[in-house]
Amino acid sequence: MPFTYPEINLTPLLPALIPAVTAMLIMLADALLPGKNKSWLAWLALLGLGVAAFYTFVLFGSNASAFNNSVVADNFALGVSFVILAAAFVTILLSIEFLDARQLDMGEYLALLLGAVSGMILMALANDLIVVFLGLELFSLPLYVLSAFWRTNNASLEAGMKYFLLGAFSSAFFLYGIALLYGATGTTNLSGIRNALGISPTINPLFLAGAGLLLVGFGFKVGLVPFQWWMPDVYEGAPTPVTAFMSVATKAAAFAAFFRAFMVAIPSDVFDWQTTFAILAVLTMTIGNVAALTQTNLKRMLAYSSIAHAGYILVALVVASEAGLAAALFYFAAYAVMNLGAFGGLIALGQGDKERLTLDELSGAAQQKPWAAAALTISLLSLAGFPPFAGFVAKFFVFSAAVNAGYVWLAVLGVLNSLVSVYYYLGPVIKMYMSPPAEGWALAPSRTPVFLATAVFVAVLLTIALGLFPAEVLNFAQAAMVR
Amino acid sequence: MPFPILTALLILPLLAALVTALLPKNNARLIKGWAFVAVAVEFALSVYLLANFVPNTSEMQYVEHYLWIPQIGISYHVGVDGLSFWLVMLTTFLMLIAIPASFSEINDRVKEYFIFFLILEAAMLGVFVALDLFLFYVFWEFSLIPMAFLIGIWGHEKRIYAAIKFVLFTMSGSLLMLVAIIVLYYATGARTFDLLELQKTITPATIQPWLFAAFALAFAIKVPMFPLHTWLPDAHVQAPTAGSIILAGVLLKLGAYGFLRFCLTLFPDASRQFAPVLIVLAIIGIIYGAMVAAVQKDLKSLVAYSSVSHMGFIILGIFVFSQQALSGAILQMVNHGLSTGALFLLVGILYERRHSRLIADFGGLQKVIPIYAFFLLLVMFSSMGLPGLNGFVGEFLILLGAWSANPVYTIFSAVGVILAAIYLLWAYQRAMQGPVTNAKNKQLPDLNSRELALLLALVALIVVIGVAPNLVLDPMQSSITGLLGQSFIAGLVK
Repeated sequence: MPFTYPEINLTPLLPALIPAVTAMLIMLADALLPGKNKSWLAWLALLGLGVAAFYTFVLFGSNASAFNNSVVADNFALGVSFVILAAAFVTILLSIEFLDARQLDMGEYLALLLGAVSGMILMALANDLIVVFLGLELFSLPLYVLSAFWRTNNASLEAGMKYFLLGAFSSAFFLYGIALLYGATGTTNLSGIRNALGISPTINPLFLAGAGLLLVGFGFKVGLVPFQWWMPDVYEGAPTPVTAFMSVATKAAAFAAFFRAFMVAIPSDVFDWQTTFAILAVLTMTIGNVAALTQTNLKRMLAYSSIAHAGYILVALVVASEAGLAAALFYFAAYAVMNLGAFGGLIALGQGDKERLTLDELSGAAQQKPWAAAALTISLLSLAGFPPFAGFVAKFFVFSAAVNAGYVWLAVLGVLNSLVSVYYYLGPVIKMYMSPPAEGWALAPSRTPVFLATAVFVAVLLTIALGLFPAEVLNFAQAAMVR
Repeated sequence: MPFPILTALLILPLLAALVTALLPKNNARLIKGWAFVAVAVEFALSVYLLANFVPNTSEMQYVEHYLWIPQIGISYHVGVDGLSFWLVMLTTFLMLIAIPASFSEINDRVKEYFIFFLILEAAMLGVFVALDLFLFYVFWEFSLIPMAFLIGIWGHEKRIYAAIKFVLFTMSGSLLMLVAIIVLYYATGARTFDLLELQKTITPATIQPWLFAAFALAFAIKVPMFPLHTWLPDAHVQAPTAGSIILAGVLLKLGAYGFLRFCLTLFPDASRQFAPVLIVLAIIGIIYGAMVAAVQKDLKSLVAYSSVSHMGFIILGIFVFSQQALSGAILQMVNHGLSTGALFLLVGILYERRHSRLIADFGGLQKVIPIYAFFLLLVMFSSMGLPGLNGFVGEFLILLGAWSANPVYTIFSAVGVILAAIYLLWAYQRAMQGPVTNAKNKQLPDLNSRELALLLALVALIVVIGVAPNLVLDPMQSSITGLLGQSFIAGLVK
């Protein structure tokens, strides 16, 4: 048997490769170039992200694939990649002054962040379970380190350790799932698995166990109940910009692979997973929202909110349609801008290396920092699903996809969940605007650092823009996944 | 292209709010003056609307129609007809009253206050002019936010509780309405959110009751109808004066308008089917609201409960499906806005002077502040439906229309008219007549020129509508005929 070399075509991989190369350049520059102030490295990182975003645009519509169809740059993957790149861009702007104030090293931080971006995009492009796993590990490892990046802060170290241990555990599950699926079908390629299943397969236990373990792996990364336990602790402990990035980019990347694995490899007409996922979605959003009700720490609250939003996004997978995919992609974008806006607003409400994190610390903050408070308010209202912001339109698309597929009950439970969420999203707003100023915080208005302000402004502007003019983004989002 | 006046009406307050945000924080006079200029220009724009309104057609006027999210049939579609026209006018007029009414009450965080008020104006107007269900929902839901802030920041003791209750109550209804809107979109097969297009289709009979119920719940909470009214007294009592004026004057009308515009035309069969239920609830509301109002110790809660009673008349007028009653219902929406707005203004004026709203703290005030007492009595007469003033015409038309549907409706709801006279006059007697018992009341200053001007404007309209109701009634007749025809024909097609 002659050995056929797989074709080497790096073009579809450019969105993932460019951030990786940039990360290496930054590492080298940080190590080799003299000088103490390395904040210019941030510009290099932003440039790298910009170039990667440019290539993402160029590739749009090409549906290029490479390495024996194990990487597919279809529009869904590219859309997700773009969201991840944009989220990283905003995150870097959020981080510059945050790191300065805490005297944390810029170079390492940027390299790790870009490494994570590269892994996430690889995961979004992956059409082979091995590549999915590669991407998963490639972004998880830097995130473990980033969570613990604030070395002198115990909560941060604890977050990193917890995330690492549980993450490694879930990766093992994931890998085992891949192995079982390989055993059942003889391939790890998603389209290959689909073909091996045939039209009406007899589902063997090996396959079932494999698919289940795969679900555990994805469920852990996106924060589905019952795999969500790590999120509040990690989100609370990690440095706030890292939490912000992790919450939006991980979700987009892991969900992208999740969607692709179940829509391409195991279509619902072959093996009915829709009911299972519908139940998981309801459990996830309900437990997320109800647990968030009692939180007094904003980062923990946003962690539970992140779990709840994973539930809403899963509804889009339940309907398993083109409309669902478009809704999900729009949701990734909307969630990214509004959650970055929320965390950004939270950072901007702080002073120096002091952060306002609890509800009590937020008391009266609107009078000291009116613009930051307004940004946090708009982001929270958007997360709660108030029009005319991005979050409303995102939920609207998801629920209308659900109704269209006959899941009216899922839509009803979804909106009732939104009602519950309104209560805790309004909590910080009420504290900021309607309570007397907290003790120990300066009353006089103070300036927000310029990069931070830019990042928050961009996120809030996009939150409003996606809410008012979703049509253009929807055009991109409707571009399908290659199956 | 004609001047896009409705869009101008929607954008002007938002732009004014943006400019307010950039004004210097400490210059309260400038901010107040600017906000007044903004609502005055807005009112002038709406007067232009009035001057060019064509009364003899049921067609939408001043229509603007642009694609918004064309992929799923959502458009920016606005217009007014005889049903919504007076409510637009009422909104711009009451804003013109509410802004100056806050000048002396609000001295803390002035800038934010007027920003929220201006945003609120745009949201309310949007609800009245939207002709696309998605657009309507956006405005409907968005109108909650500024009002919640107004109650929560500038309200009284229990303001935060009242604000949260207001938001959660209203949202619990409207979120189900959102699902109903989506279901309607797929069920009719029209694949559009455009109201006028959807009205041409027939909503399948099997799902009509469900969709009607979801819409009706949202609207009934907003109106509010018995037994969903419990948020209202809290919100009203806790809100600052101007907030109460707008809440009673305009926000409650959003619910009644919703019934009129959406329930009747989209779900004609279900509307008829459920009409008896809504009518009975409305009548319970009329009597219950009035009885509870009668035993209130707090003047502001008295006016709040009287709103529950008055809004019952409006719902009654909508669901007996007659030209007279519907005309009465729309007129009564305007009337209630004017007279209850004026009552809240009067209670607020008294509160600013005495920092109390308890009837027991007053007594004999008509000797001390005769001009105030005159206006209070006149507005109370309007509210209880004294002939010659506006309230009489509206209630009379509703009762007349209800009689032809079922005399029992009229008999029971007429009790509400009598009770209104009792609770209002009794309150007047206790607060205004008799000897001045409380020493603090002896030196109360009477109305100042700003307050006098505001009340004169309100009372002028109260009298004009009372004397010449046709000025208001005529322009809405064609639209009501159209509405009834639409819901009647659709009712037969089934």
